[in-house]
This record gives sequence, structure tokens and C-alpha cells, in this order.
Amino acid sequence: MGRMTFVFRRLALLVPTAVGVTIITFFMVHLIPGDPAVTVLGQHATPATVALLHHQWGLDKPLAEQYWLFMDRLVHGNLGESLYYQVPVWGLITGRLPATLWLLCYAAVIAIVISVPLAVLAASRKDAIRDHVVRVVPLLGLGMPAFWFGLILQTWLGTKLRLFPVTGYGQGFVGHVHTMFLPSLTVAVALCPVLIRSLRASMLNVLGADFITTARAKGVPAPRLLVRHVLRNAVIPAVTVLGINIGYLIGGTLIVEQVFAVPGIGSLMIGAILQRDFPVVQGVALVFGVLVVLVNLLTDVAYAALDPRVRFGR
Amino acid sequence: MSTDLVSVVPVEGRTRLRRARWYRHPTLVVGLVLLVAIVFMCVAAPLLTSFDPDKQNLEQALSGAGQYGHLLGTDQEGRDTWARLLYGGRIDLRVAFLAVLFPFVLGTILGSLAGYFGSWIDAIILRVIDVVVAFPFFVLVIALVFVLGAGEKSIYIAITAVGWVSYARIIRGEILVAKRQEYVLAAQSGGLSSLRIMGRHLLPNVITQAIVYAMSDIVQNMVAIVTLSYLGLGIQPPTPDWGTMIADGQNFLTTQWQLTTIPGLTVVLTGLALSLVGDGLADLLRPGAS
Amino acid sequence: MSSPAGSGLQLAVSDLRVEIAGNLGVVRAVDGVSLEVAPGEAVGLVGESGSGKSMTLKSILGVLPPEAKVTSGQVVLDGTDLTRLSHSRLNKIRGRRVAMIFQEPMSALNPVMRVGNQIAEGPRVHLGMSRAQSVQRALDLMRRVGIPDPERRFRSFPHEFSGGMRQRVMIAIALSCDPELILCDEPTTALDVTIQDQILRLLAHLCRESGTSLIFVTHDLPVVAQICHQVAVMYAGQIVERGTVAEVFRSPLHPYTLGLLRSAPDVDQPGQSLVPIPGAPPSLIAPPSGCRFHPRCKFAEEDCKVTEPPLRILAAGRATACLHYERCLDEMGAEA
Repeated sequence: MGRMTFVFRRLALLVPTAVGVTIITFFMVHLIPGDPAVTVLGQHATPATVALLHHQWGLDKPLAEQYWLFMDRLVHGNLGESLYYQVPVWGLITGRLPATLWLLCYAAVIAIVISVPLAVLAASRKDAIRDHVVRVVPLLGLGMPAFWFGLILQTWLGTKLRLFPVTGYGQGFVGHVHTMFLPSLTVAVALCPVLIRSLRASMLNVLGADFITTARAKGVPAPRLLVRHVLRNAVIPAVTVLGINIGYLIGGTLIVEQVFAVPGIGSLMIGAILQRDFPVVQGVALVFGVLVVLVNLLTDVAYAALDPRVRFGR
Repeated sequence: MSTDLVSVVPVEGRTRLRRARWYRHPTLVVGLVLLVAIVFMCVAAPLLTSFDPDKQNLEQALSGAGQYGHLLGTDQEGRDTWARLLYGGRIDLRVAFLAVLFPFVLGTILGSLAGYFGSWIDAIILRVIDVVVAFPFFVLVIALVFVLGAGEKSIYIAITAVGWVSYARIIRGEILVAKRQEYVLAAQSGGLSSLRIMGRHLLPNVITQAIVYAMSDIVQNMVAIVTLSYLGLGIQPPTPDWGTMIADGQNFLTTQWQLTTIPGLTVVLTGLALSLVGDGLADLLRPGAS
Repeated sequence: MSSPAGSGLQLAVSDLRVEIAGNLGVVRAVDGVSLEVAPGEAVGLVGESGSGKSMTLKSILGVLPPEAKVTSGQVVLDGTDLTRLSHSRLNKIRGRRVAMIFQEPMSALNPVMRVGNQIAEGPRVHLGMSRAQSVQRALDLMRRVGIPDPERRFRSFPHEFSGGMRQRVMIAIALSCDPELILCDEPTTALDVTIQDQILRLLAHLCRESGTSLIFVTHDLPVVAQICHQVAVMYAGQIVERGTVAEVFRSPLHPYTLGLLRSAPDVDQPGQSLVPIPGAPPSLIAPPSGCRFHPRCKFAEEDCKVTEPPLRILAAGRATACLHYERCLDEMGAEA
């Protein structure tokens, strides 16, 4: 099948998941004990605001109808209105989405730049000293809270050494690259453990394969062997692992945006939580869900692009 | 693309827990020693410090290490850091361990049902898994904590609601393979009830991979709990906790940097111990391991 | 097949020893193997699995698995000892002067790289050809080895080809830099019988055409007969007999060779019953004392169990490691 067919088939499979995402987000409201409107509003709860929310959410109507209303508004791009800012949630999100996307891409790039050489270093001499050293890194990284690392980076490289700004998004491309370096590095460091481990494992797998012996017998020089033969095959399973863990990665942006005051949807959500601004929380959660679904699709496409055996029917 | 395994640790083989020769694995031993040391220190807190972690002493606020008899100094309210570290460890470790237990049980049950019975049960559970997994772990946890109100109980509910998925996948995958084994067919033809087959025959063989995963899950939970507490949504003050300690100390990073750095390092160290134990267990349970 | 005349040897392996570090002990996979290949000559290396023939081949080019090491001996190619060369200098010889063909073409080809590029890689790396030149060369090679529709097939991936086609690709790769010597590690074992024949004819033809030498490793005797001039028989890591194909097959001078011939079906004698060799191949960690074949040999005598017999050169290029090789002659005589 052609590549487009592959993509469309995958997209079709994602529809039920996407629908499920909306259901969960919708139901979050109903998980709240007691009268959700009262709980959500907290100290803002006056009979007027409670009634407004009741109306906005259609809480007096049957559940199915409520969901239908929710989906109807969703399809028209209406995610409700922020209780705090009193502007449409959708506008808030689209305004801050670029910063988060920047953070994610930048972090992914940094993570790859760090992980690939380390994995190569480890896999090329299995069980040697350098292999053990590299394997310890993920063990430390897995247990390290991202925000803590971010705080440390912020203090040392930002405040004390003044190498980077400690907060914000920056202006223009170069500004972004400079300002977003610390938060992106923080997120990248959270991703590296998983990436290093899986790259190392798949490289070891590839290194033992027959076609590598063939390539060696052909006299392919080491750099070319590494890139065109070893890595080219080893990245395939690693892409899958990256895709699976991207959800975890995206979750990490929440706290990192907060620490570095990056104006993205992560900090928007945290702010909304602290301000008890439920429509925003619901809206951002939904967007995150859709984002993950899209990234999974991207991973599948990337996998198919990288592995010719997959393209031709499974 | 649906893959059944989320675990980062390579998952191979379906062997029983081998009790013999566990001490031959240095990873496991080092991890256990470290873990036991940490747990012991937290449990033995009253023996290791005479200070009350909640007691404020504003005159001695923000003192450095060693001053006024405070091993690691005090925070902005004059509370002893070392005491808070130890007592906070009790809380964080307890919550992290418990918060793994509930998803483990729930996930195992649902995964077993899905894997063993197949058909519509499997289809429904798989769909639910796909949807839950579509959300970033932390996003869903924090949204649930928000909705349910901050505090320890919410943490358990939130993590259970999100975390059962990984266990379900692992167990389901293992059972799908295991149920084709001869001993299951023998049990079925012997007229044993499904429940008995699942509980007495299948589970003991497939549970090991879930246990290995649980170790890395504790680490993930601990980080989540600490993060929630940092934001003020987790363990509520005045209960000491590593996350709130980091939050309290963040304004003083340039002066009394140990207030934030030390609790973070403790989390890293505990995570290291747990990861080593997890890796060691994985090595141990791999078939053909010497 | 008559052996072409040639002065000076293409390749000379002397007393090669290869050890593999294993869980249960050190495996002496190749234990004192000596081999000579003249220019343009095809030498067969025959033996059961585990006899060390593959390892011998791999150690020539230094592509042994990490657990295996050459512990002593020499491999001299035109005056240069390959075992002493640095990695980078050895790389210049691999693929360029000495090429290798492997057994399992599916796993021996890079699954994510187009077939044409894999063929063109050698010329680009070793002969300094430009991209266009190497593509042209690859297309030529594909035609030579009989791959139909090369322009289109260039862009295919290995999994799109059948087993026989993949092996042709491997041959094309081996020929790509016009090597002086090609090492073949059971290239036809994984193929259908009919395809086997095609591939063998192809190899024989190409080598005759270009005067390339061959070392052909196999456990399949008829294959050796079809393509080789000389043959060496290996058992338990050692060479036990050597000579021209015609002579060795007509009158073997070692009980193992005799056993192999008896256990292989002969298409010219369809009614003949096959006689398998009793027993099993020996452990290479602790091989039997004396002659390694003695536990399975029906001619074994006392001295066979004690002395490890050397490979003795007899007249006219024949060699045998059997202390009592006349018994084989008697045996064959009795059959005639």
C-alpha cells in the first residue's frame, strides 16, 4: 500500500481514541464530589456563578445530552470560557501553544544530541568501563525530578553565571534558542534515560546481526558502517520507544514551564489549577490528549518511513 | 500502533521468581543495600535526630549547616532540615509504595480478565487503555488531583486511575501467551473454574514481569508525588515532605542552597536504589541468566 | 576440472588457531589449519557443522565474532600477513582484494538499504568512484549475475527479492571491486536445489572468466565436485585430508573422508545404500586424545588413541592426517 493509504488507515484507527479522549475530559467534571460547580468555583461560588456554570455545562440535563452539547461546542472550536480571564479558552490555548511546541521540539533535539553519542559509546564496547558509566546515567536520570533539576540549572547557569535568561520565551528565532535552552535542557534530561537505554539495546542487537558482518567483510570504513548500517537500523525500534514515552515527556513540560515561566499551555494549566479555573484545565487536558494522539501517529509514520519492510503491507 | 509493553527494562521470558543466587547480582545487591539504608534511616528518624520536624524556631531561621546543632541547617521557619528530610522520607516512601500497590492490583485483575477471556471484555479494556494512555501521565494525574482536591487520598485515587494501564498491558500480554501452554489446557480439561486457573496457575507465572515494572513505577510515582507537593497539590503542610521542602527552599537557592538541593538529591538517590533493584530483578528473572 | 597454472600463491594460511571464549571453557574452533590457494584456483573446504570451516574463513578477513580470537598462525596474502595488519589497513583489503559471500542472504543484507546501493557501496568506498559511476557499475554487475530488469531492481529492498536473487546480489557485491580471492561460506546451503545449481554455475563461470580464486566452504560434497579444483577436508578444527577433487573423491586417504563419501547420495548410483558415520562430532573444548576421529573410526588402532597425527604430505599435493591411510585404499580396492 502507498504511504498515504498507510497514514489514512492509521488516522482512522485513531478516531475512537480521540473520541475516548473527549469522553474522559468531559467526565472529569462529574468526578468532582458534591456539586461540581460549587467545588470548582471554591471561593468564587455565589448563587450567580454557580447558576452560570450549571447552565454552561448543562448540568441539569441528562448525561448523554450534556456530552452531545460538549461535543457540539467542541467541533465548533468552543472550549468554554475561562473563569479567571473571562476570555474563550480556545484563544488562550492557541496563543500559548507555540511556546510549548518550541519547548518540545527543542527538547527532543537536545535529547537526541546527548543520547546518540552516549549510546554509541556504550554499545561499541559492551561491558567495558565506559559502557557501565553510560548505563549509570539513566539510573540517576529516572529518579530525578525535572523541576528540581530545572531549579538548579536556573540558579547556576542563569542567576549565578548569567549565561542564560532564567525565565521567558525570548524574541525571534535566536532569542528563542537562547532563552529556551535551559527549560529545553531540563525536559531533555528527563527524556535521555529512556532514549539512551533503548538506543543502546537496539544498537547491541544490530551489532550482532549478520549484515553487519557482511558490511565489515566489505571493508566499509567505521564511520560509514556506524551511520549507514548500524544506526540506520538501530533507530527504528528507538523511534517507537521515543513515541511511547513522548506522553511522559509532554507531561514534563507542565512543571518545567512553571519553573521557567515559559508562556506555554503547561504553565497555563498549572496556573488554571491554582486559580481553580476549571474550563481552562479541561481545555488544556483535551489539547494534550489530542497532541499525544497526533504524536503517536507521527511516530507510526516515521517508523514506516524508516523501515521499508513495514510499508509493504503488514 | 499498539505495542503491549511500555516498560523500558527489556522484558523477556516468563520464569518464576528464582530465589537462589540472587546475591550473585551486584546490581540487585547494591540497590537493595542502598534502599534498605534509606528506608532504615527514615524509619529510625527519632534515633537519628532529636529535632521535631514541625517545630518552628524563627530565631534560628535559615541557619547554615552545623549551626545551632542543626546538621543541615534550618529552613525559613527555623525547622531543622535533617529532621524534615528523615520524617519527610517516611511520608514520601510510604505514599510511593502504596501508590504502586493499587494500580498493580487493579491492572493485574483487568489485564487477566482481558487476556484470559478475550472477546468483548478484551476489546473494551483495550479501548479504555488506549484512551487513558493518550493522556500524558502527569497531565491526567494533576487534573484528577485538582478535581478531587489536594492531599494524600487524591494522590492514591489519581495515580491508581491512571497507572493501572501499564500493569494491565503487561499482564494481558503475558496471559495471552501463557494460556496456550499445556498446563492451562490440562487444567481446563480437568474442569477447573476459570477463576482458579487464573489465580492458581496462570498468575504466579506471569506476575514476575509486573513486579519488575512495579519497581520502575515506584520511581515514577515518587517523582510525581514530589512534583505535586512542590506545586502545593500533594502532601499538605505542615507534614514534612521532600517536594514541599524543595518548594520552600527555592527562594534561597543562592544563599542556603542546601535547602532545595539536598531533598532533590535524596529523591535521586532513592530513585537510583529503586532502579538498581528493578534492573537487578529483571536480570535475575531473565531466562538463562547465570 | 583442471587446475590452471600459476606461479606464486594467492593465499597461504599457516597453522592458524582460533579460540572462542565460552561459558564452559575455551573452544579451540580452529586448531592448526594450513591451506594454500593458487591464483585462479577454487579450493573447497569440506566438513560437518562445527568443524571450524566457517571460522577459518572469517579469520582470513578478520570478521570473527567478538568472543573469538586468532591465537596463532599466519594468513599471507601475496606477501602480507593479514593477521598482523591494523584495522584500517585490513579494511582496505576487505571487499577490495578479498571478498566474502555469506550463507543466509536474507540476514546478510542490510534490510533498510536499497540493493543497488549495497552493491555500489564497495566501488564508492574502495575504488573512489563517484555516485553516478558506482551506480553504473552496480547495474553492470547486476546484469552479469543475471538479475533481470536491473534499472528497476536497483531501488528494491532485500526483502522484496527471492532467496536465489538475494544470493545473486551477494555475488554482485563480492565481485564489485574485482577481488583476487572470494571466500564463500556455504552460499548455496539455504537455497533450493535448482537454484543452487544456477548459483554454482554462475560462480564457476564468473571466476573462470576473471581468474578469481575461490575458497568454497560447504558440507555438501557434490557441490565441491562441481566447482572446485582442490579440496581440503576438516574435522574438529583440523584439516585431515587434502588433494585434488578428482583424487580425493576417487580414492580418499582418510576414514572421515571415506565416511563422508559413503553417507552422501551419489546421483550416478541411485541404488547404493547410504552409510552414516557413527557417533557425534567431538567437543572442541576437550577433544579426544590422539587422533580426534578415533572414537568414530572403524580402522582405529592403539596408536591412533595416543599420538596426534600431523598432516603428512604425500606425493603430488596429497596430504592426509591418518596414520593408517592404507586401510582406506584397501577399503576402496575391495569395493572396486
